[in-house]
Amino acid sequence: MADATLHEARSDADPGWFARNKLAIAPWIFLIPALFFFAIYVVIPIFESLWLSLYEWNGLYDADGNSTAVWVGFENYTKLWDDPNFWTSLRNNIAWLILYMLAVPLGLFIALFLNQTVTGMRFYKSMFFFPFVISQVVVGLIFGWFYNPDFGVVGTVWKALFCEETTNILGNVTFNCSRPAPDILSSPEWATYGIIAAGLWPQIAYCMILYLTGLNNVAADQIEAARLDGAKGWKMLWYVVVPQLKPATFIAVVVTVIGALRSFDMIAIMTQGGPFGSTNVLSHYMYEVAISEYGERYGYGSAVATVLFGIMLFFISYFLWRMYQDEKGGR
Amino acid sequence: MFPKPIEKSGPVARTAYQAFLPVALILWLLPLLAILLTSIRSAKDINSGNVFGWPSEFAIIENYTAVFTQSAAAQYMWNSVLITVPTVMISVALACLAGYALAIYKFRVALPLFFLFVAGNFIPFQILMVPVRDMSVQTGLYDTIAGQFLFHAAFQTGFCTLFMRNFIKALPFDLIESARIEGIAEWKIFWYVVLPLVRPAIAALAVLIFTFVWNDFFWANVLTQGESAKPITAGVRALNGQFVNNWHLVSAASLLAAIPPVACFFLMQRHFIAGLTLGAVK
Repeated sequence: MADATLHEARSDADPGWFARNKLAIAPWIFLIPALFFFAIYVVIPIFESLWLSLYEWNGLYDADGNSTAVWVGFENYTKLWDDPNFWTSLRNNIAWLILYMLAVPLGLFIALFLNQTVTGMRFYKSMFFFPFVISQVVVGLIFGWFYNPDFGVVGTVWKALFCEETTNILGNVTFNCSRPAPDILSSPEWATYGIIAAGLWPQIAYCMILYLTGLNNVAADQIEAARLDGAKGWKMLWYVVVPQLKPATFIAVVVTVIGALRSFDMIAIMTQGGPFGSTNVLSHYMYEVAISEYGERYGYGSAVATVLFGIMLFFISYFLWRMYQDEKGGR
Repeated sequence: MFPKPIEKSGPVARTAYQAFLPVALILWLLPLLAILLTSIRSAKDINSGNVFGWPSEFAIIENYTAVFTQSAAAQYMWNSVLITVPTVMISVALACLAGYALAIYKFRVALPLFFLFVAGNFIPFQILMVPVRDMSVQTGLYDTIAGQFLFHAAFQTGFCTLFMRNFIKALPFDLIESARIEGIAEWKIFWYVVLPLVRPAIAALAVLIFTFVWNDFFWANVLTQGESAKPITAGVRALNGQFVNNWHLVSAASLLAAIPPVACFFLMQRHFIAGLTLGAVK
């Protein structure tokens, strides 16, 4: 009897605990390396930053290796509330968000223009996409030079339009201008818009490629049916084509929102937040206060980062909710 | 097809369209063409103010060699290679494993974990900056190549996992099911059944991650200090300070920095676009 139970138990365990729970364990074995890496460099640092925003810290450690951070509670946030630079940055972030959205319709417009099948079209499509491939640092440098009032393209065109060239006896050329050439990047009013315009260039290219792919997959029979019903031009675009491009539009909006809030490279290259902090955005202001020449302010920087994270989280939650709706519909 | 194919609009419209295309392209790429032209000008042109007209003489070889001989550009370029290549290998490998787990197995936290990777991919870098920098300083990874590629690999794992999981999920599930019935071990299914099928996804991810990481500027500033570990993007900025008013040299250096991702794009265009437009069609 006892023998029998033992035998039964053994045969039950025969495939082994591991083999029986194979389908429950296997995913974790596949997941562990990625989760480990992701936790260390992404998930845990987020919480550390949130926590650090309640401290004041210059990033140093004492002789025993303990951090010199001092708990200040919500003081960093109250300071932020009274910090005019913070509000300028926030306002610029909103300007970026709104104006960057132009990339979506403009990208659609170029995609419609290029959605033809004449010879060499592939070449044109990839050349129009070109600005997205080069780094924003290079785009920033290009436009910084483009806007230069003395020797940039804007300055040169301006001179041709509004200036008279005079050569004095010594052979030096001087310009008499009815209006001085605009120095876009040195103007506190216009610099941000100059940078956003530069940022739009690659972003339009990205939206364009999304829409070109979308247009490729628009149902031809629906277009033909609508055409037979007499739809054309704007009506066709708005009522027949755009609804079918919904997935492309969704992705275009996602990448544009993220791109607008992440804008850092161009600002760092073109103005470094200046003149007088007028082109700062939260991402650049955070960097500036956290690692500046006047000593590191990790706590205050983390508070700025937390605000930016909060704004982003609002959008991320919406995107994830949309994705969740799609997942439920799927397999 | 929308808009109406131009061939159907008669020869006049077609010719007009084809004539307008190159004009539109030149206008679109005007900033780039201007910098290209500047990078082959001589210093004389720059100083005499001829920066927009046709170059009086071509100094293409002089300018590009000057970039390498007068600055640490070669070192920066090599650093960029040393940072991007391991990043691509690590993040794609991790994502193949994780994407497989999240797509094939039905377990309760599969979807939350997937969303964790997706969300991590969208967060602002600044929320990670201070802890990652502090951790790098503590572990001696600050101002090193490894410090940068370890971070990039971890961060890009989010995007790669999103991509891989969706790609594997779209594969026919019967394949895995029948392999299981045959009694094939799980890791063998991954290695012999799934991995050969995701090759296009691996190619797409490799070119995309290469481009993203090559073009990174923020982390290059946060995690490096001197020349020894700086990638080319941060290097170009340093050169911009060094070559003040030598616009021909700055332009040449910027274009050099852009060559690898551009080459990558043109060589692997199909994969590149397939990767970027993932999800743009249903």
